[in-house]
Amino acid sequence: MAEEAQPANLAASGGKANRPALALHVPEPKYRPGDTVDFSDIDIGKAGAQPRPDESAHPSEMGELAYSLIRVLGEDNQAHGPWNPRLDADTLRAMLGHMAMVRAFDERMFRGQRQGKTSFYMKCTGEEATSIAPAMALASDDMVFPSYRQQGILIARGYPLIEMINQIYSNKADKLKGRQLPIMYSSREHSFFSISGNLATQCPQAVGWAMASACRGDSRIAASWVGEGSTAEGDFHSACTFAAVYNAPVILNVVNNQWAISSFSGFAGAERTTFAARGLGYGIAALRVDGNDALACYAAAQWAANRARGNHGPTLIEYFTYRAEGHSTSDDPSGYRSAQEREEWPLGDPVMRLKNHLIASGEWDEERQAAMDLACAEKVKETTKEAEKNGILGHGLHHPFHTMFEDVYEELPWHLEEQAEQAIRERITKFGSERPFG
Amino acid sequence: MSPESSSVTETAVEAATERRLNMIEAINEALDIMLARDPDVIIMGEDVGYFGGVFRATAGLQAKHGKTRVFDTPISECGIIGVAVGMGAYGLRPVPEIQFADYIYPGLDQLISEAARLRYRSAGDYIAPLTVRSPFGGGIFGGQTHSQSPEALFTHVSGLKTVIPSTPHDAKGLLIAAIEDNDPVIFFEPKRIYNGPFSGFYDKPVEPWKKHPDSIVPEGYYRIPLGKARTVREGEAMTILAYGTMVHVVEAVAREKGVDAEILDLRTLVPLDIEAIEASVEKTGRCMIVHEATRTSGFGAELSALVTERCFYHLEAPVERVTGFDTPYPHSLEWAYFPGPVRIGEAIDKLLSE
Ligand SMILES: Cc1ncc(C[n+]2csc(CCOP(=O)(O)OP(=O)(O)O)c2C)c(N)n1
Ligand SMILES: [Mg+2]
Repeated sequence: MAEEAQPANLAASGGKANRPALALHVPEPKYRPGDTVDFSDIDIGKAGAQPRPDESAHPSEMGELAYSLIRVLGEDNQAHGPWNPRLDADTLRAMLGHMAMVRAFDERMFRGQRQGKTSFYMKCTGEEATSIAPAMALASDDMVFPSYRQQGILIARGYPLIEMINQIYSNKADKLKGRQLPIMYSSREHSFFSISGNLATQCPQAVGWAMASACRGDSRIAASWVGEGSTAEGDFHSACTFAAVYNAPVILNVVNNQWAISSFSGFAGAERTTFAARGLGYGIAALRVDGNDALACYAAAQWAANRARGNHGPTLIEYFTYRAEGHSTSDDPSGYRSAQEREEWPLGDPVMRLKNHLIASGEWDEERQAAMDLACAEKVKETTKEAEKNGILGHGLHHPFHTMFEDVYEELPWHLEEQAEQAIRERITKFGSERPFG
Repeated sequence: MSPESSSVTETAVEAATERRLNMIEAINEALDIMLARDPDVIIMGEDVGYFGGVFRATAGLQAKHGKTRVFDTPISECGIIGVAVGMGAYGLRPVPEIQFADYIYPGLDQLISEAARLRYRSAGDYIAPLTVRSPFGGGIFGGQTHSQSPEALFTHVSGLKTVIPSTPHDAKGLLIAAIEDNDPVIFFEPKRIYNGPFSGFYDKPVEPWKKHPDSIVPEGYYRIPLGKARTVREGEAMTILAYGTMVHVVEAVAREKGVDAEILDLRTLVPLDIEAIEASVEKTGRCMIVHEATRTSGFGAELSALVTERCFYHLEAPVERVTGFDTPYPHSLEWAYFPGPVRIGEAIDKLLSE
């Protein structure tokens, strides 16, 4: 008895003689600005090496897939192994076309922000496959709950470019009435949920949508996308718990692009385990995928969609990729990471890899690629000009002031009606009444 | 430390030096001083470590004070505030940063149910001496998730203190006082005036802090007591109560309109300097309250009630409130939303005509 009491007494008296001093671990990325980058320690495995379990497999039978990388496209530009989705050449060319379009669009919109046409923009360069391929693997009426970096889904689903640009410019034709920060799109028509600025909130929402679909005996499934950094939010973990408990027909996509603004993935737990492995802890099927391999991305999403549709439950997919550019137009990554990382990234560039695969299969060539890139750039340029006729941010061509008060509630209560009158009166005081867009 | 002794320190140091800082620099300096003075102070938050924060408020602090004093965190506001409560229970004095006030909501349970009530429910056995810093307010085309002014959510919670500086000089002294305070403090930084005292005339060029007298920031340690308002200017015609960015906007409008307004910068919403408010309203007989936050149940409602309850027989006109509209913060119509010179001017005219 007396001996058992000793540790407590020691602690109370501050007696720590026999105990080692504790030390706080604070993660540190391998490379900082100016460092020479060597990614040879990242085990990317071999294309085609991963087994493809049945879509009804129990998560415990496929645990290894949460730690390795599902890869299809090899160094030889050929598709390998059981995960090869065996897509026909037309589908592959369409996929490449979407990826090229997203890249052209990102380039132009980024430049537009720099030219003062809007306040903000975010590119998805290097991550195009993680949204375009899954979007193509899903049915067009499956519901998606994206984060802010899934413009690829809209492009793949045929959302008009001009609507995207109108939203980015917050102009008088913006379907969201100039209310949202650029790129926070919404399109019910395209089964694309309204994007929130608050991270990870979409994850439990996707689970809820999927539960609702199951409640009603529907056949549609849901999918959410979230960055690896955002998996630290409680919402993500609530999503996993609910998805597991109700065996929800949902795909929880985690885009691990290694960085969350200036914080490397270690601050979301990547020093300890993979993001896919989070799923196993909840009893959710988990796949870890080469996110720069469009075929692997497609195959994983297709597997998960089949699983969900067959009532076998949720899947968590980690897309292992790299954020090739800054976080947003407000960010300068040269302040916190080595510029060499992008060049050294062992999984290459998703557009190049898909292009090379098509060329190697005799279904494409450099000339056609160049022509396609040019056509994309032209289309974006023309559409941009068209959108500019509806106005750019801060140049007067905005929605009428009264719209600011609409949709707060279904019906305008008295106090908002009063405030709307106030806003319009202020405009007249400031500019006189001749301004066209009141 | 009593308010008296700190204001003595303040004046003594001020006379000795004339350095000019912007608000970010002043905040950074307060953090630096507190890290050096008190080994229990630690700073953490999203992107605050190596990079020094998305607004650069913690720039250089990790390099100087080490990785276990200043560090990045996972993106979990619940986690950030929750671990800060635990660190406080151990005896540390955490100063977590929430990247934008708009992102504080996932941490509210830890803040409201835990930090704010720890002293009370444990009868003083445990305290939560944390200072949660967070940029707030709009005017930067940040859309609805980078523009909110949620201060009234926090003033409504018993056990929390809410502090909002409006100048570099005050930001430093108030932040030091907040960190030393043994109660949980929400320290909202008006991001629109990080780099200059915004006048509300968004179409005029922005003045840098360097031209403003309150950018003179004394070196070294000084505190500005929590719960003491600042008289921005004296006047007889009306009292204007404001805080944060709106202090500068009302000052510019009063100047423009040539109104002899007395402007009080509240600096701390809870605890509130009720004596200063009463004294001013009793003198002027008219009171206007200005905040950027939405109107309904905003802090202006509390101020209006207090002034009406306590100064009723001195009032010559009903209390006026000028606020943001009761909508989410819009993107393209930011300046139509913002309680700018036109809205304030109209309210001034109304108050004077009654
Ligand atoms: C609740 C919440 N906290 C903080 C932020 C600020 N923020 C915006 S993006 C971001 C980084 C997210 O990184 P990650 O999840 O990895 O996504 P990525 O940007 O890499 O696509 C942060 C911290 C936010 N938007 N919402
Ligand atoms: Mg990321």
